[in-house]
Amino acid sequence: MVRLELNVNGRKRAVTAEPRSMLLYVLRNDLALHGPRFGCGLGQCGACTVLMDGAAARSCVIPVSAGVGRSIVTLEGLGTLEHPHAIQKGFIDEQAAQCGYCTNGMIMTAKAFLDENPHPTDEEIRQALAKNLCGCGTHLRILRAVKRAAKEMA
Amino acid sequence: MNASAPSLPSRRQFLTRAGVLVVGFSLAAPVGDLLAASETLVDLGQPSAGELDSWLAITRDNRARVYSGKVELGTGVKTALSQIVADELNLPMANVEIIQGDTERTPNQGYTAGSKTIQFGGAQLRKAAATAHQALIEIAAKQFSVSPAQLVSDRGVIRVKGRRSKQATFGELIGGRHFSRKVDAHAALKNPDDYQIVGKPLPRVEMPQIAVGKFTYVQDVRVPGMLHGRVVRPPDTGAVKIDATVESIDESSVNGIPGFVRVVREGSFVGVVAETEWAAIEASRKLTVRWNSKPSLPDQDELYEALAKSPSDEKVVTNEGNFATALPQAAKSLAAEYRWPFQIHTSIGPSCAVADVRDGRATLWTASQGVYQLRGALADLLGLRPERVHVIFVEGSGCYGHNGADDVAGDAALLSQAVRSPVRVQWTRADEHGWNPKGPAMLMRVKGGLDEKGKVVAWEYQVWTATHVTRPGAIGQARNLLASQLASRMTPTGPMLGGDRNAATPYSFPNKRCVTHWIHTDDAILRPSALRGLGSFANIFANESFVDELAAAAGQDPVQFRLAYLSDPRAINVINAAAKQARWKRRSWSAPKLTADGVHTGRGISYLRYENQNTYVATVAEVEVEPKTGTVRVKRVVVAHDCGLVINPNGLKNQIEGAVLQGISRTLKEELKFNSMGITSLDWMSYPIITFPEVPEVEIVLLNHPHEPAVGAGEPAIAGVSAALSNAVFNATGARIRTGPLTQERVKSALAAKVASVRRTT
Ligand code: FES
Ligand code: FES
Repeated sequence: MVRLELNVNGRKRAVTAEPRSMLLYVLRNDLALHGPRFGCGLGQCGACTVLMDGAAARSCVIPVSAGVGRSIVTLEGLGTLEHPHAIQKGFIDEQAAQCGYCTNGMIMTAKAFLDENPHPTDEEIRQALAKNLCGCGTHLRILRAVKRAAKEMA
Repeated sequence: MNASAPSLPSRRQFLTRAGVLVVGFSLAAPVGDLLAASETLVDLGQPSAGELDSWLAITRDNRARVYSGKVELGTGVKTALSQIVADELNLPMANVEIIQGDTERTPNQGYTAGSKTIQFGGAQLRKAAATAHQALIEIAAKQFSVSPAQLVSDRGVIRVKGRRSKQATFGELIGGRHFSRKVDAHAALKNPDDYQIVGKPLPRVEMPQIAVGKFTYVQDVRVPGMLHGRVVRPPDTGAVKIDATVESIDESSVNGIPGFVRVVREGSFVGVVAETEWAAIEASRKLTVRWNSKPSLPDQDELYEALAKSPSDEKVVTNEGNFATALPQAAKSLAAEYRWPFQIHTSIGPSCAVADVRDGRATLWTASQGVYQLRGALADLLGLRPERVHVIFVEGSGCYGHNGADDVAGDAALLSQAVRSPVRVQWTRADEHGWNPKGPAMLMRVKGGLDEKGKVVAWEYQVWTATHVTRPGAIGQARNLLASQLASRMTPTGPMLGGDRNAATPYSFPNKRCVTHWIHTDDAILRPSALRGLGSFANIFANESFVDELAAAAGQDPVQFRLAYLSDPRAINVINAAAKQARWKRRSWSAPKLTADGVHTGRGISYLRYENQNTYVATVAEVEVEPKTGTVRVKRVVVAHDCGLVINPNGLKNQIEGAVLQGISRTLKEELKFNSMGITSLDWMSYPIITFPEVPEVEIVLLNHPHEPAVGAGEPAIAGVSAALSNAVFNATGARIRTGPLTQERVKSALAAKVASVRRTT
């Protein structure tokens, strides 16, 4: 176990962890950030997505040591109940969840994507989310939510 | 709590005073300030379904607290149930709070399953709310010395008509007391024409929390002193009979993992416990266990032969006229065999539970669909009396039936009992894919006869299926938990249920027979249980594909062909509504000219009435098929849906959209792979599901019947998808694919064969 310093949601956070352990467990268990979710631990579903230096990253397969010195943002860092981010608001307005377990991955992936491509076509949104899985079949609403957010942010 | 609290026995006291539980509900004395604005309304212990106080309480600050045995599984029922209660009470939605699934707080409403939450659970809550409203009116009548007829209620306030000064809120009227009366089965219900909240597309109550990461799932539950556990599984992954036994465990293999606590072993149940989740993961990976095991499953290639040969019990579902004599007299007869594979719950979050088993008591946090049923199984597993086991529901990842939610609670309970500390067990992806109960594979054989005019004169439907219900509490107690199956080498059990769902044809064919061959649970190959729609998914695939085959053989339009055998106006309406929305063009069947190149388009329809007695669904699918690659692209799906009274049209559409997309996923992609040892589809690569680029447009027509009972909507729409798609593929290509799923590979080879036969005949 070693002491590491992480920069999470704009704050410096000191943690004691196995350097090889995955970032997701440190975020969820040590920092009590439950936005990122455990879905597969294999990098296949996207439920654990966070932003690292602005890019979408799957925290279940990123060792915590690789997070040192990077800016990490979780769903909690995007917005709050009182002031949700435009993408979070898009999801609320479109009622884009059933169980909501995939929602974190969808919003975080969309955030990185819209930052790169603020005026996407429908097809581009589908491609951007192609590797994020939703088991409930909420895809159509998620697409509408991202589109709405894109308009809002543009 | 303040000074008056001691007069009310605590919940624990209630529980230990066996046999006097009902006493709690006949406490006539006002509990006064106990229910003060602090809102700490004291729950009344083991709830009894006949007592109004078990269902509902009104706090002084005019809020309704509703105790619901039915739970939120991601389907929006918490919102819908709130709407029902709010409307019946004439109270704003925001003043309704729902307490879900808790064996010390909520009544036992059975499982949250089978699309029965609104149909039955909603009806129960509505009655309770109507009783409460009646009680409030009576109290107000007394207080204002008027007759009940002179009173009106609106948004939580009762007032005397025409006398603005005489009014009081519900909270003031009840004054912090319990209702202390029975639920009145005959309480006057609000006229649906007067609904103000029911029928509105209100947003899901949880949505803002979900979007900002503040929603608590069972995976987020943490309790003081909690350790982390993982289970190390034997090699016969997912087998209904687990044969493997432990030969040896080398505990030195986990030496030196910081925070490691211990190995727990009971029979073939092997687990590790550690102080941190990461240490538990490392230990579960590193622990060297030698298993005695041998391959015992049939090869996947032999699956359907194995089903047909399995020991089974035959049950005749329907038998009208005389099929055996009618078929040989038919001008034309057809026979076909349809096959559906094992499929899994595609819950994105693997199951998780926290157990605290100490000092002869157990507390469990779980996403189980039936807290009382799980309690029975856990009590049996742990050797405790049920009243010493407290099971608390916390939302989980979407569950589409009996996934690993109950099993993981059993795992956590055994580990916690062994280490005498709270233990959290988070299943891995491979645990969930490999070990949760599976939607059983099914085999369907259908025969039909037509006369010279193309009228159906004989119909026979036979299905081979294992039970679709091996939930804890159904019959078996602990034995239906995976932990017991491993620890005590037991096999699951259940009543023969679900496999015959929608097996019987809904059409008025003469000379029809329907037979179910119930495969014994021990011979089910993989552990079977409930997956969304249960047997209706495969049964509608076979029934509605074969109706399409007959329509084609008769040279008739598939829509008209179906309508000719239906007389129920709601059935006819739903088919017509789907056809109209889809701009269905009447067609007489002629085989399309299939070529190996290009893209072929087609449309197919299916109809069903769920369980042959509930929701009506008609589905039209439009597809593009590419023979060269075998790709089936779904362009558009239209669903017309009649589930009686619609509680929340937006929530309902969300369910139907989800059912359609999951239905497409199951029809085109999902097939669980296994070999003679066990399941080999253990991740999303080996068991792919639908992705964003594959999602079509979905159009939904809701047929609302405010004066009809609200029946279920979680499952019915999924059942219609597979046949609509396969009928569309047939319409596009002339190839009838009778084995699911319609994967690229399967479609490609079916179409290559078709092209070859077209060439031979031209
Ligand atoms: S949990 Fe990280 S990709 Fe699935
Ligand atoms: S909403 Fe349940 S997994 Fe996407």
